[in-house]
Amino acid sequence: MDNSNSKERYIAPEKDFIYRFQNNTLYLSKSLLLPQTIWLTKKIPREIRSFKVKSVILNLDELQDIDSAGVMALYHLKDKLKKAGISARIEGGSQSILEKIELFSPGHLPVYEIPIKAGFLERTGDAVSRFFTDFVFGFITLAADVFYWSVADLFRSRSRRAGEVSNQAVLIGVNASLIVIFMSFVIGLVIALQSSGQLRNFGANIYIVDLTVISMMSQMGPLITAILVAGRSGSSIAAEIATMKVTAELNALKTMGLNPIRFVVVPKLYACLLTMPFLIILANVFGILGGGVAAYIYLDITPEIFFNRMGTVMQNKDLITAFVKSQVYASLIVLTGSFFGFRVLRGAEGVGKVTTTAVVVAISLVILADSILGLLFY
Amino acid sequence: MDKERVIDVNGLGASFDDTVVLSDVNFSAYKGDITVVLGASGSGKSTVLNHLLGLIPVEKGFISVLGKDISNITEAEQLNLYLQMGVFYQSGALLNSMTVGENIALPLKQHSNLPDSLIEEIVYMKLGLVNLQHAFHLFPSQLSGGMLKRAALARAIVMDPPLLFCDEPGAGLDPISLASLDELIINLQKQLGISVLMVTHEVTSIMRIADRIVYLENGVVAFEGSLKKALESDIDSVKHFFSVINEADRFK
Repeated sequence: MDNSNSKERYIAPEKDFIYRFQNNTLYLSKSLLLPQTIWLTKKIPREIRSFKVKSVILNLDELQDIDSAGVMALYHLKDKLKKAGISARIEGGSQSILEKIELFSPGHLPVYEIPIKAGFLERTGDAVSRFFTDFVFGFITLAADVFYWSVADLFRSRSRRAGEVSNQAVLIGVNASLIVIFMSFVIGLVIALQSSGQLRNFGANIYIVDLTVISMMSQMGPLITAILVAGRSGSSIAAEIATMKVTAELNALKTMGLNPIRFVVVPKLYACLLTMPFLIILANVFGILGGGVAAYIYLDITPEIFFNRMGTVMQNKDLITAFVKSQVYASLIVLTGSFFGFRVLRGAEGVGKVTTTAVVVAISLVILADSILGLLFY
Repeated sequence: MDKERVIDVNGLGASFDDTVVLSDVNFSAYKGDITVVLGASGSGKSTVLNHLLGLIPVEKGFISVLGKDISNITEAEQLNLYLQMGVFYQSGALLNSMTVGENIALPLKQHSNLPDSLIEEIVYMKLGLVNLQHAFHLFPSQLSGGMLKRAALARAIVMDPPLLFCDEPGAGLDPISLASLDELIINLQKQLGISVLMVTHEVTSIMRIADRIVYLENGVVAFEGSLKKALESDIDSVKHFFSVINEADRFK
């Protein structure tokens, strides 16, 4: 017999739950429900260990109520004591208590092994492989599909949805015009403003016109427009297609014999290709106007001088560059939005995720393309 | 009736803009029973359920849930009441960004200070009760419709609530999955001794599990009583609702 038999302790921690330790037995009284289980996980094991006993009986005769958390806590206590070298067994309990223990006991449940997680190298290799197969190859495949259907659709206009391209053109182009006008005006104004101080120092005031026109026409106009359209329409394309996929609308199109790319993506591409050059023209005009305002206020360059100088600075090459950029950016924005829209995996959360990714990737691709085109048309 | 009432609805009325959805709803649900609220589309079932869940404030009438008057309840009391009830939504309503295990553990983690290892054991045990232990690490999007419902049921009962609300649990399930879900609800109701209030259209499901029927029609309770009495009822709408079963009998 253990020496600690004489040790005895009565504890009443709360009105709904009482426990006492007597003759190597832990008597649990009243209710052992979720709020009381914390006693079995922390204080009680600590106290039992402090008694230096080898075995303990968990007596439930005085227990009136127990729930699933209580049963699991009992088994948890048993395991904890076992690890500390103290054997424990459950004893007593009314019929209803025993039924609950039988129902919630972990013993008769099938044991499920937690799958082993892949290591760092395996995960890295997997990510790289997925990047090329899913993203690069997937994007190229989608681009090829979209290109095929956008050309094929030109010759089969009867089966096209009536009014869809103009509807999309309003959404992508017309509705974006105000923000494009405002942003390009402000940026043109700021560029001219920032440069005016330096130009004045060198007496080169008139070059403010060259600076504003060249920067807006060949670089800033197309880039500002593309970033705004990517943020506005790229996200909406991704969200629309992703939602259609989540709500099985894309499956419905397929089962009705309609190609989702042709039905959903191609009208958006046409609309974006059509409206982007006009948006860029707007950006250029209002950007230069902003520069003109700054030039008039800070460098006393009158509108007449500005306009005359502008005629000598502008080149046909700038217009061609802007047009080529508009077509490349429009394609990238629509393709990226569609690509991520089609890739959505999980419900509402997935839609949000692919929308964010689509915008980030579209803007990055636009900037990357801008650098490449800038080098080509330099 | 000697049984303890877990839900008491008296003179409940509700209207949205100028449309009266509920005019005078009165019924009770009793401890240990499965009470089924049914009725045609637009009869006000969902509005009643949303009132019981405290999602729509009571503007007219009186509702008592587990002895608590929810027509006049503080936020803290409502939170305490939520801890005593489980809700099983039609779509499952599991959070897609979390695994099944994390979904089920969520209420325990939020409302208890149990160690994570014990919470995990409780979640495993609850998943075992709905035969879904293998889905512990899966995401809801990786589950079939039936599995999703069972996972949602496991989450609804994780806190051992004395009262379980089910909002059209069988919607979208095939008859075999529906039968097994019904069986699961009956077993859990018997084993855990919980009271269930269910809103459903599924006649086969009602025949299997209902103890009591509350039939709503045009915002009022047209019938309230046992399933046996509902089947013998002379009320046209109730008779018509259950006539579907007799239609099915023709093919036997």
